[in-house]
Amino acid sequence: MSDSVLVFCEHREGNLRKPSLEAMSAGVRLAKELGGTAAAVVLGTDGSAMAEKLGALGAARVLACPDESLQKYTGDGYAKALAGLVKKEAPAALLFPASAQGSDLAPRTAALLDVGMASDCIDLDVEGGAVRALRPIYAGKARILVRSKGTPFVASLRPNVFPIEETGGGAPAVETFTAGLSEGDLKDRVKEVLAAAGGKIPLTEAKVIVSGGRGMKGPENFKILEELAQAFGPEAAVGASRSAVDEGWRPHSDQVGQTGKTVSPQLYIACGISGAIQHLAGMSSSKVIVAINKDPDAPIFKVADYGIVGDLFEVVPVLTEQVKAAKAQT
Amino acid sequence: MRIIVCIKRVPSTETRVRVGPDGKTLDPADVEYILNPYDEYAVEEALRIKEARGEGEVTVICLGPGNGTKEIRTALAMGADKAIHLVDESRDRDAWSTARILAEALKGMEKDLVLFGKQGVDFDQSQVGPRVAALLGWGCVTGAVKLEIGDGKLTAEREIEGGREVVEAPLPAVVTAQKGLNEPRYASLKGIMKAKKKPLEEMAYEDPGKGMEIVSMSLPPERPPGQVLGEGPEAVPLLVEKLKNEAKLL
Repeated sequence: MSDSVLVFCEHREGNLRKPSLEAMSAGVRLAKELGGTAAAVVLGTDGSAMAEKLGALGAARVLACPDESLQKYTGDGYAKALAGLVKKEAPAALLFPASAQGSDLAPRTAALLDVGMASDCIDLDVEGGAVRALRPIYAGKARILVRSKGTPFVASLRPNVFPIEETGGGAPAVETFTAGLSEGDLKDRVKEVLAAAGGKIPLTEAKVIVSGGRGMKGPENFKILEELAQAFGPEAAVGASRSAVDEGWRPHSDQVGQTGKTVSPQLYIACGISGAIQHLAGMSSSKVIVAINKDPDAPIFKVADYGIVGDLFEVVPVLTEQVKAAKAQT
Repeated sequence: MRIIVCIKRVPSTETRVRVGPDGKTLDPADVEYILNPYDEYAVEEALRIKEARGEGEVTVICLGPGNGTKEIRTALAMGADKAIHLVDESRDRDAWSTARILAEALKGMEKDLVLFGKQGVDFDQSQVGPRVAALLGWGCVTGAVKLEIGDGKLTAEREIEGGREVVEAPLPAVVTAQKGLNEPRYASLKGIMKAKKKPLEEMAYEDPGKGMEIVSMSLPPERPPGQVLGEGPEAVPLLVEKLKNEAKLL
């Protein structure tokens, strides 16, 4: 239906991942603006475990493909399955979360549909009946507003930006479909997943990030940042600047910045980070930025909402204690 | 083993970004260009694969402006064997269009593996590599941090939330390179000299137009000026109070 929105939802072992819930809500809002409805698409599952949650977010339907061949992620297989579905459904828009899986899958699907796509969008609207997306470029130093020349409008949505909204909707209609793919059709497949130690919240989804730079002086000192993150709770994570990663103190997957992750937490606490332009590119869309640095002239103080000039080894432990105390009061 | 690496020229990461007079593209004044950093990982990986096997050929292909050969020469200086230049003066070509052009050009070339950088640091889309794979009907691994070429297939690792995925694909395939895949070499003086003699040919192509239209370009809203609350641990109570009452985060 030319006023409907399809939202690809990523799940792990039957659980919908947070960026998918955000994309679902964004899809529901977009469909409303278009005068239509939104449907969730889930692959490698019969959708029964997720239907209630998706309905609560406003999904009118859940389109599920329980095919064996799609039980483990295969970008090639998922793109083919999704493209086939989209050709049948002919929605106005197709949305993806810009998670690792969504970002891998979306452009392949768009290519099979022979349409353009807007990646990592931070806003969606409708103007004159056409969907538009706002997306960052030059590592967030600028943004562009774009329209598609084809249909459907395809976009991936940046995690931690679009609010999750319960609309009080009831259980949606669940329809299963088959992609008709055999194992031999699949050109790339995930063989196994190597889980990182700790099971912590990914940086791109964290509400609070405590980040360390060259001022941390060594890998063992990141322990005090981990303690501060723990004081904030399970939705806090520890990041690092490029300096800390290049020194080998932290893995590249923790790097925030132009050649690392772009993050949008509620709170970003930069410890011993000078604030190079490439680092700012990765975190400048944080809602609140706090900087702790010995150097009063560090560029980070120019973007920080609140700053403390001082030795982070003295300041951070005190902050940890006081955050714990403040949380204990609530 | 014939490896093709798709590269692009991008504004350096130091660029002070301003909106150009057309209101849609980067103001070109004072912009310096570099080989896309993610593409360096791709070129490096191609060279390592060739060196490990003791045989093979590495070709770089670049869609970009006519005067943008410096970056192509950089890839040749690193060790690529030859280069193909698809001359493109447009400043707003989108990924749908780029992928169509590259896929078409690649169709006529002998190839076992096509490498890309994960994303261009100008438009940050991470689209072209996987699009080309889909257009060629090939498997693809995006954001590879580890790559092994086996007999007729590849095994790669990519980062996902909470860990890594191990992905397998038959050759030929597309892989896009993430930081951490390798440490790119610097072009040696000898490499730079040799590069001058390596073949760099222009190739014609059909322009399919645009898949996305830019309505406008803008700068992000300025953050209001912040406050330095004080020095040392004594400033912490004030910070906590601000986070609680002003920012409402505690």
